[in-house]
Amino acid sequence: MWEIIQNNWTLLLVGQYPNGPLGGLVATLLLAMAGLALAFPVAITIAVARISPYRPIRLVAAGIVHVVRGMPFLMVLFWSYFALPVLIGRPLSGFWTLVGALVLYESAYLAEVIRAGIQALPKGQEEAARSLGFGYFRTLFLVILPQALYNSLPALIGQFVSLIKETSLGYVISVNEFTYAAGQLNSQLLVQPVEVFSILAITYFIVCFTLTQSARWLEQRIARSRQGGPGGRAAQTLPNPLATEPMP
Amino acid sequence: MGYEFDFSAVLTDQYIGWLLSGIRITLMLSAGAWLLSFAVGTALAVLRATNFKPAVWLVATFVEIHQNIPLLVQVLFWYFAMPEILPEAWRDWLNQNNSEFILAMIAIAMCHAAYISEALRSGLRAVPVTQYEAGRSFGFSYLQTMSYIVVPQALRLSIPPLVNHSLLLFKNTSIAMAIGVHELTYQTRQIDSDTFRTFEIFLVATILYILMSFVIMAAGNLAERRFGMGAR
Repeated sequence: MWEIIQNNWTLLLVGQYPNGPLGGLVATLLLAMAGLALAFPVAITIAVARISPYRPIRLVAAGIVHVVRGMPFLMVLFWSYFALPVLIGRPLSGFWTLVGALVLYESAYLAEVIRAGIQALPKGQEEAARSLGFGYFRTLFLVILPQALYNSLPALIGQFVSLIKETSLGYVISVNEFTYAAGQLNSQLLVQPVEVFSILAITYFIVCFTLTQSARWLEQRIARSRQGGPGGRAAQTLPNPLATEPMP
Repeated sequence: MGYEFDFSAVLTDQYIGWLLSGIRITLMLSAGAWLLSFAVGTALAVLRATNFKPAVWLVATFVEIHQNIPLLVQVLFWYFAMPEILPEAWRDWLNQNNSEFILAMIAIAMCHAAYISEALRSGLRAVPVTQYEAGRSFGFSYLQTMSYIVVPQALRLSIPPLVNHSLLLFKNTSIAMAIGVHELTYQTRQIDSDTFRTFEIFLVATILYILMSFVIMAAGNLAERRFGMGAR
């Protein structure tokens, strides 16, 4: 196993880069980061729309969330693969196809995480801001969201782990990422599948486990800081049905 | 967009037959993996509840491994690497018996068993410890107390996360296409490359998936109303 890593670590880490497209583990992490960064504003919009005072807006947002939750990620990926180039009128690289699918899919799940964070805030926060004369948007952006996002930080890290795991499906449409690199390596070596796929699995495990453990640590820290806050409010755990989604 | 939709091209008898067989495999894969994952998940949760250190450690390791590796990688590992590790007799048996389907089912079931055991664990922790004590003082053995008193209540408490994971398990069966299981996503790609009617066939498949997901969500709501702790 050690020998395979020694001979192929560049392929697994960065793919053919700099002589070809970026791939490997670095591409996987970049894909997940780009997906999260772009999905974030969309998710906040959906989350706020989900608890909007206007019923039609609530219904539309709930519809989007439910439809996306009903679709396998692979289906979203194929839509991104076939439909996005038609919609924007030019061909897309595999990298951006996968980012597009991640944004479409994760926005719905992230929105539920953020909504849970907003709804876990005491109602008094909004009432206090409104009675101080803040408008809807100022209340939202200056009072509600900063607290809600901070409190849902652990869940957001969990969602980042989901994104990392989802990028592995780029393998199916031949996007240069970590699983695809391992697949290439496996067909090159042909007779050492146990070693190759063990390296793949162990590396994913190290990356994702480190992140989930830091999320747990952060969760305890935040719970403690909420407990010790003014008024000695008891720590609330966020009611978050979607935070621990197992993803591909 | 100058694209003209033509559903008649993809909804011929032949392709409807392909779609139906895809749906059949998807449902078989989901049902098989669901049963297996619930059996393993329940066993893991009970094992962890014993508070016997090595057992707790073993279950925790199983859960962390399956939660922190992408399901696709687990499926690929079962498909490419596991047959090399297994004894030769098992390998031969697998090759004669549709190895893709069986290995995909095991991989999906094991991954979701980890999540199901975690959902059950939080359910078990939510059952008041006095329930357990009452069972024991009535003369029930540990296993009897668990299976007649504690686990049924824990199951009812865990209905919402269990429904959620059942839905995800159903959706994740699409990953089996990566190793050539002829389920719905696989058949969709086949029809696509046969007809080049990409948008039509993917629209049909997407609607089929969403409809089946909605059935699962509705069944979950029904179960929650009928058996949930809030019921009655």
